[in-house]
Amino acid sequence: MSEAAAQIQFFTSFQASDLKYLAEAAGNTLLISVIAISIGSVLGTLFGWALSVSKLVAFSLGSILDVFRSVPLIIQLLLFYNFFPIIGFPLDPFEAGVVVLIFYTSALVAQVARGGIEAVPDSLRRASRSLGMTYWQEMRYVVFPVGTRAVLPSWAGVALGVLKDSALVSVLGYVELLRASQILITRTQEPFIILAIVGAFYFALSYPIAKVTDRLEKRWQYD
Amino acid sequence: MIELKKVDKNFGKLQVLKGVDLQVEKGEVLSVIGASGSGKSTMLSCINGLEVIQSGEIHVDGINVHAPSTDLNKLRRHIGMVFQQWNSFPHLSVMENVALSPRIVLGKSREEARAVAEKQLIHVGLGDKLDTYPTRMSGGQQQRLAIARALAMEPSYMLFDEVTSALDPELVGEVLDTLRLLREDGMTMIVVTHEISFARDVSDRVAFFHQGVIEEIGAAQQLINDPQREYTQQFLSNVR
Repeated sequence: MSEAAAQIQFFTSFQASDLKYLAEAAGNTLLISVIAISIGSVLGTLFGWALSVSKLVAFSLGSILDVFRSVPLIIQLLLFYNFFPIIGFPLDPFEAGVVVLIFYTSALVAQVARGGIEAVPDSLRRASRSLGMTYWQEMRYVVFPVGTRAVLPSWAGVALGVLKDSALVSVLGYVELLRASQILITRTQEPFIILAIVGAFYFALSYPIAKVTDRLEKRWQYD
Repeated sequence: MIELKKVDKNFGKLQVLKGVDLQVEKGEVLSVIGASGSGKSTMLSCINGLEVIQSGEIHVDGINVHAPSTDLNKLRRHIGMVFQQWNSFPHLSVMENVALSPRIVLGKSREEARAVAEKQLIHVGLGDKLDTYPTRMSGGQQQRLAIARALAMEPSYMLFDEVTSALDPELVGEVLDTLRLLREDGMTMIVVTHEISFARDVSDRVAFFHQGVIEEIGAAQQLINDPQREYTQQFLSNVR
């Protein structure tokens, strides 16, 4: 073997531009999570309300939501991503990932929201109605704020879970944190440092959610 | 005037009200006594339409409460109700608790609503608690808050559903004093209560409920001191 051949590098070490690459990937994780959590929470709250009003809805909608809650997310992602091209609607990994994550989030939030509504005592609702409030005024001014305070920690749990579960969208090829780290590990063969950095990024994304809900919870404490 | 005509009310197979007839005139204070489960609380919920009735009619100021065309939300503005559980809105300050419904139901401005709320809170003796949160108050204070909250809607009638039953004994007095205050204001009230001496001293008339019917009704002093019906005598001798 010649001198020159021995100097060929198959792997290049971790460099500053890789950090930027990871930061961009973190941005993608943040983007897909924020969309999924916000739309999923609104949708989930509506579903949760629907579950609480009628037994028929609770049974039919509840069964559909149970599917989203119980089929592993990675399988939902792959099924959805590969199903749409078959019916002539090719989706890119981001679109497919976002849609699945939204429904997944909404299914989880629906149960939280139903719990929140049921946490509002019936007598408090009767008292609201006795003051002349309409059903929607009662929902908006009493049930929603009181219920939200009751289930805020559970909601935060769902939001943090979705943020971390968004890593699974990497199987579709969407370059978020996990996918980016795999690409870099293959190139640099330095899994330890890269995974440590990725972990730090996930922490940086999760911490504000945990902190803000913690604060709200304290501020909303009734006594 | 509140008028009940042959009102029947069932919960499933259980009939709680059996053909109840009753008239309460403007300015009158009626106390309703009787054993638990005799239907007296249910009757109050039927008067403001929180519960439906199976037959008969209830009229408030000539409006048929249970007619399909009746706008219950509008009707309830005229009928204040206070419950056994004081039901404060835990997420709102004392002031906001009272100002909320004048603002969203009656459409008053924020300032007007606050003015009304402050007036009623001072009236029930909570003028120094405006910015407190209800969970920091005693049961008696929260119950007075509930009264102020109902009064802020400027109702023509007030319904009281065992408002002292969930209170510690030492807090009962302040709430009953508030009811006495309303009586002096000339408020029309139906008071479901277990406080027999309050019923005797403060009401014009007392009705005794027994198993879903008004067993006996009459002038307060007379009914309590000299009950005519056997069940009334039994009940009164048991509670005294």
